[in-house]
Amino acid sequence: MNPVNSDGSLKKLAEERDSLIAILENIQAKYGYLPEDALREVATETGRSLVDIYGVATFYRAFSLKPRGRHLVSACLGTACHVRGGPVIAKEIGKQLDIKPGQTASDNEFTFETVNCLGACALGPVVVVDGHYFPNMKTSIVKQILEKSKLGLEAIEIDTDQRVFPVEVSCSRCNHSLMDSGHLIDGHPSIRITISFGNVHGWLALSSLYGSYNVSSEYEIPPDIIVNFFCPHCHAELLGASKCGECGAPMVPMIVRGGGVVQICSRRGCKGHMLDLDGVNV
Amino acid sequence: MINLHINGLRVSVEKGTTILEAAKFLGFPIPTLCHMEGLSPYGACRLCVVEIGEGPRSKLVSSCTYPAEEGLKVRTASSRVVKARKMVLELLLASCPQSKVIQDLASAHQVSRQRFKQEYEDCILCGLCTRMCEEQMMAKAIGFRGRGENRSIGTPFDIKSEVCRLCGGCIYVCPACQLRCTYNQPEKAICGGCANLSPPCVEKEKFDDMMCYMDPCVVCEIKKD
Repeated sequence: MNPVNSDGSLKKLAEERDSLIAILENIQAKYGYLPEDALREVATETGRSLVDIYGVATFYRAFSLKPRGRHLVSACLGTACHVRGGPVIAKEIGKQLDIKPGQTASDNEFTFETVNCLGACALGPVVVVDGHYFPNMKTSIVKQILEKSKLGLEAIEIDTDQRVFPVEVSCSRCNHSLMDSGHLIDGHPSIRITISFGNVHGWLALSSLYGSYNVSSEYEIPPDIIVNFFCPHCHAELLGASKCGECGAPMVPMIVRGGGVVQICSRRGCKGHMLDLDGVNV
Repeated sequence: MINLHINGLRVSVEKGTTILEAAKFLGFPIPTLCHMEGLSPYGACRLCVVEIGEGPRSKLVSSCTYPAEEGLKVRTASSRVVKARKMVLELLLASCPQSKVIQDLASAHQVSRQRFKQEYEDCILCGLCTRMCEEQMMAKAIGFRGRGENRSIGTPFDIKSEVCRLCGGCIYVCPACQLRCTYNQPEKAICGGCANLSPPCVEKEKFDDMMCYMDPCVVCEIKKD
């Protein structure tokens, strides 16, 4: 087993003597926690004793020796958040998730922890879910935020983000437009395609904003499965030959109006995509 | 050579000498707990505090880690020092009352009671065992883990370390669990601390064959029966 050094990054860092924390941070980012095997490998590679590495790993609260849930919920209990009701928020989160601070829910969906200051005192009481800051938290919206974060918080704020622009696409087989002006997502006409997975066959509407991952569909799509895409007009299968650079699932090509091809990953939850615009340098 | 004054007496010591060593050279007693010759100074227990400087600028420092400075004025038993030491001893007694080393030190400093919440820890985090393991036994099997109130000494992942040779050096130097005690000699028994502890060798089958610092130790005899 070679859990850490697959890309040689450990060797490079190990040459610098004071880089233990950086190494541990990399492992933590990769696995979400520090596996025992990884720590032993760090000890061998850096020539340090396991005790030293274990001491550092247990000293900092940013490191976890136990696997964490898919989503990390941090409730701030620093002074400013405390006086503005941080403990009440933390209690409500604990109640909603049915766990105590520092624990991971049994379905591995959430890890809940309290922190002593996030450096965002003006926003207090503040809760951070997967790196997204929720200022001025109220107990009434805790449940809503937790549910939202289960679906992913990567949705981009469209009005403010300059990277987001609308595209109009058509089927790569019949060149029929896939735009559905009757169904708006993010305030723009959505891209309507037919999907199937398992025994389910239904429509899926994608946001036409490049950079937005908002979708709505007839049926709830379970995460991480590969979905089959069909054109609603010619009923041809849309899965292309190229593979997603992030997860290896087949990509779905669609023709962009004005010239070019956009490809999206067919795996639910994967954000792999490619955009080739003719004559436009993106 | 560096010249300094300890309790008014002038002494010349080599560069790098600590105040503790200089005071010992002159014969001034400074109590220590986490200090041991052959191990690097650590400054954890603060029992060896001395007062340096003069007037309002005077301050308390741990003599075991403070290197001698030219012209330094040191007092090893000023009222401030004695008060601080008594406080340290009271706190040690509060956390680890069963330790004979701490009891003896407290007794020597006329500390007979303490006013804090009584606890019965089996570790005062003095770091003697970790230094013994690393510096004398060249093993590095145990170390500090966690921080704050969760700080503890032990092996990584709480399993037996591959580098541990069961030498017993950590237990030998430990002031809190001093297992080479007088418990099996009832006429000399004072603290009974070892009876309240479960030393690691109780759970370890192969301890009999190992070199054991604690011999004679009551634990092995209990196990033989």
